[in-house]
Amino acid sequence: MDLAFSKEEMAFREEVRAFFRDNVPPDTRRKMVEGRHLSKDEMVAWWRILNKKGWGVTHWPKEYGGTGWSSVQHYIFNEELQMHPAPAPLAFGVSMVGPVIYTFGNEQQKKRYLPRIANVEDWWCQGFSEPGSGSDLASLKTRAERKGDKYIINGQKTWTTLAQHADMIFCLCRTDNNAKKQMGISFIVFSMKSKGVTVRPIQTIDGGHEVNEVFLDDVEVPVENLIGEENKGWDYAKFLLGNERTGIARVGVSKERLRRIRDLASKVESGGKPIIQDQGFREKLAACEIELKALELTQLRVVADEGKHGKGKPNPASSVLKIKGSEIQQTTTELLMEVIGPFAAPYDEHGDDGSNEAMDWTAQIAPSYFNNRKVSIYGGSNEIQRNIITKAVLGL
Amino acid sequence: MDFDLSEEQRLLKESIDGLLTDAYDFDARKKYMKEKGGWSRAVWGKLAEQGLLGLPFAEADGGFGAGAVETMIVMEALGRALVLEPYLATVVISGGFLRHGGSAAQKAQYLPGIIDGSKTFAFAQLEKNSRYDLADVSTTAKKKGAGWTIDGEKFVVLNGENADTLIVTARTRGGQRDRTGVGAFLVPADAKGVTRKGYPTQDGLHAADITLTGVEVGADAAIGDPDNGLALIERVVDEARTAMCAEAVGAMDESLKMTVEYLKTRKQFGVAIGSFQTLQHRAADMFVALEQARSMSMFATMAVDFDNAKDRATAVAAAKVQIGKSGKYIGQQSIQLHGGIGMTQEVKIGHYFKRLTMIENTFGDTDYHLRRVTEGGGLV
Repeated sequence: MDLAFSKEEMAFREEVRAFFRDNVPPDTRRKMVEGRHLSKDEMVAWWRILNKKGWGVTHWPKEYGGTGWSSVQHYIFNEELQMHPAPAPLAFGVSMVGPVIYTFGNEQQKKRYLPRIANVEDWWCQGFSEPGSGSDLASLKTRAERKGDKYIINGQKTWTTLAQHADMIFCLCRTDNNAKKQMGISFIVFSMKSKGVTVRPIQTIDGGHEVNEVFLDDVEVPVENLIGEENKGWDYAKFLLGNERTGIARVGVSKERLRRIRDLASKVESGGKPIIQDQGFREKLAACEIELKALELTQLRVVADEGKHGKGKPNPASSVLKIKGSEIQQTTTELLMEVIGPFAAPYDEHGDDGSNEAMDWTAQIAPSYFNNRKVSIYGGSNEIQRNIITKAVLGL
Repeated sequence: MDFDLSEEQRLLKESIDGLLTDAYDFDARKKYMKEKGGWSRAVWGKLAEQGLLGLPFAEADGGFGAGAVETMIVMEALGRALVLEPYLATVVISGGFLRHGGSAAQKAQYLPGIIDGSKTFAFAQLEKNSRYDLADVSTTAKKKGAGWTIDGEKFVVLNGENADTLIVTARTRGGQRDRTGVGAFLVPADAKGVTRKGYPTQDGLHAADITLTGVEVGADAAIGDPDNGLALIERVVDEARTAMCAEAVGAMDESLKMTVEYLKTRKQFGVAIGSFQTLQHRAADMFVALEQARSMSMFATMAVDFDNAKDRATAVAAAKVQIGKSGKYIGQQSIQLHGGIGMTQEVKIGHYFKRLTMIENTFGDTDYHLRRVTEGGGLV
C-alpha cells in the first residue's frame, strides 16, 4: 500500500497543468470560472486544441488516437482539466458513442465516425430518454421499422442535451415489439439534418437552454447506420453507461468551485468582516471539503484498482461516486448562494448563451444553483444508484 | 498510488483476523469482560506471541519496524471483533510516546515489557475541565531535587485500572491553557500517592479516575522536554485518533454486514424485510457512509507521518469528522434496521453502536475536529 503519487505521476501532473495554463483560451477559462455558458464555437475551438495535442480522446485505444495512459494518469488529466477549469471533451461523442463504435461497430463505421468524433467535426447528442421512459429506460417506444435498406424511425426523445448544436444522434429504437423489453432495442446513429427530425428547446428552471425535445417523424436512416447487431442495443447502452464510472464524481469541478467560494467569501462582507471569517460559514465549508476529500480518496481507490486489476470487475466503491459526487456539487452551489446572499436575486433576461458579456458575474450564481439540481437526477438518478448498490453490492 | 496490501501486510491481516476468529467470538468476549480488569491476559499473550504488540517498534528495540498502514490493519481487525484488550492505550499511545520521545534508557526499560505482553500502560490526560484541549492541563509537575512531584486529577483513563505504568500529562509552568510548560511523565501505577478508581465504560472497556497526590518520580520520568512536550503529545494523540478511525471502520464494516444479513433473513408480511426499498436505500446509504469513512481512515494513515504538524493535524481532524459522522449514521441505522432485537444486550449489533459512539467522543468529537479543520485553513 502506497498512498502517494509517484515521481512520474507528479511530473505528468506538471506537464498537463502547464499545457492547460498555456493553451486554454483565457476567455474560455474565465467563463468557466464564472459559471457562464460557452458558445459552441468556443467549445469546439478548445477541443480541437486538445485533439491537436493528441489529448482529444485520451482513453481510446491507441490505434484510434488514444494515449495509452494508466488509470492514474487519466485521473490526473481529468482532475487538472476540471480544476483549471476548461471544458471536458464532449461526452456524447468521446465517452459514449465513440467507445460503442470502436467496440461494436464495423470497420467502415470506425473509419467514418471516429476521426470526426475526435476532432469534433460532428457534434453528437444522445437519443435515449423519452417522455415515458426515464429511469425505466428499457420501456422506450421510439420505433425503427425496417423497409428494404432503410429504417423508418418514429417517436420522441427528450432531455437531449445540446441537441441544438448537434450534427449526429445515437438513438435507442425499438426494432422488435414482441421481444422482452430489453431484447428488442437497437442502437442506430443518424444525421440530425435528416428529414423528419425536429428539435424543440426546453427551457430549464435556471432560464437556460441545455436540453431539448427531439421529434422523429418518418426519419429515413440507411440500415448501414445500425451499430452492432439488431436488437442488441440494450447491451451497448449498458456498456456505454458503465464506461465512465469514475469521471462522474467530478472531483476537480467541486475542488475548483470550493476555491472560488473561498476566494469570494474573502471579498464579500457581512457584519463588517469577510464571510470567510464567520465560524458558522467556515464550518459548512470545511464539512464540504472533508466530504470531497473522502470522495477523492474513494475515487482514487477505484482508479488504482482499475489500473491494477482491469475494469472487468467494478470496485464496489465505484457506486459511491455518483451519489456523493452529485451531492457535493450541489452543496458547492448552495455555498455560493450563501456567499452572494441577497445579490443572488437579479435575473438577466437576456440569458447566457455564451455571448452576453454584459451580464454581471453574480447573475449566474442562482441559475447555477438551480441548474445543478439536475446532477442527482441525470445519469441514473441517485435513487437508481441506491438500487444498484442494494443489488450489486449488498446482494439484497 | 496503490491501495492494495503488500504481501507482508496481507499476511499480517490474515494473522490477526485468524487469531481473532479463533479467540474472539461474541460469547468469548462476554467471558473476557468478566475477567479481572475486564480483558483477557490469555488473548493479550497471544497477541504478543504473534508479534503484534511489537509491531511499530524499531527492530533495534526488539520490534518489527512496521508503519502506520500496519497499525491500521490491526486496529481495523480489533474494531471488527470489538476487542477489549488495551492495544490502543499500550502499543499505540504509550508505545508512541516512547518511540517518538523516549530516551534510549526509557526505551530499554519499558519497551521489552510492552512487546512481550508482560506490562500494559495507560495515558492519563483528561481532566475535569480540559475536555478535548490537550494543552489544558491543571495537573502540576514541580521540580523536587533532580526529580518531580506530580499533583492532580485525571479522568476516564482507558486501562487506567490495570496498567502497570501511567503516562501522565502535567504542567511544569505557566497558566492552565498555555501551550508551553506541558510535559509527559512516566509514573508507576503503584507509586505512593496514586489512587485509582476503576469502572467499566459504556462500551464494555475499563477506565479509571486517577488522583495523584504528591507523587514523586525521578528525573528520568519525563519523556522528552517536560517544558515543551505539547508537540509530542499532539503527535501521539493524532496517531491515536488515526488508529481509532481504523478501529471504527472495522466496527462499521461489521455492523453493515450484520445488518444486511439480518435484512436478508428477517421476515415480516411473509417476505424478507430486505425486499422493502426504504430499508434497501437505508442500507445503501450506510454503504456510502462506510466507504467514505474507509477512504478517510486511509487518508489519516497516510497523513499521520507528515513532517508538517499542521498539515498532519488538519488531515487527521478531517478523518475524525468523517468517521464521527459515518459512525453515528451506521451505528444508529444498524439498530433501527434490526428493530427491537437491536435494542438488546444479548445481540452484538448494539455493542458496535456503543463502541462507535464512544470513539466519537474520545480525543475530540465531530464538532471539535470540524473546528480544527477550519483553523487549519481547510483541505482544498
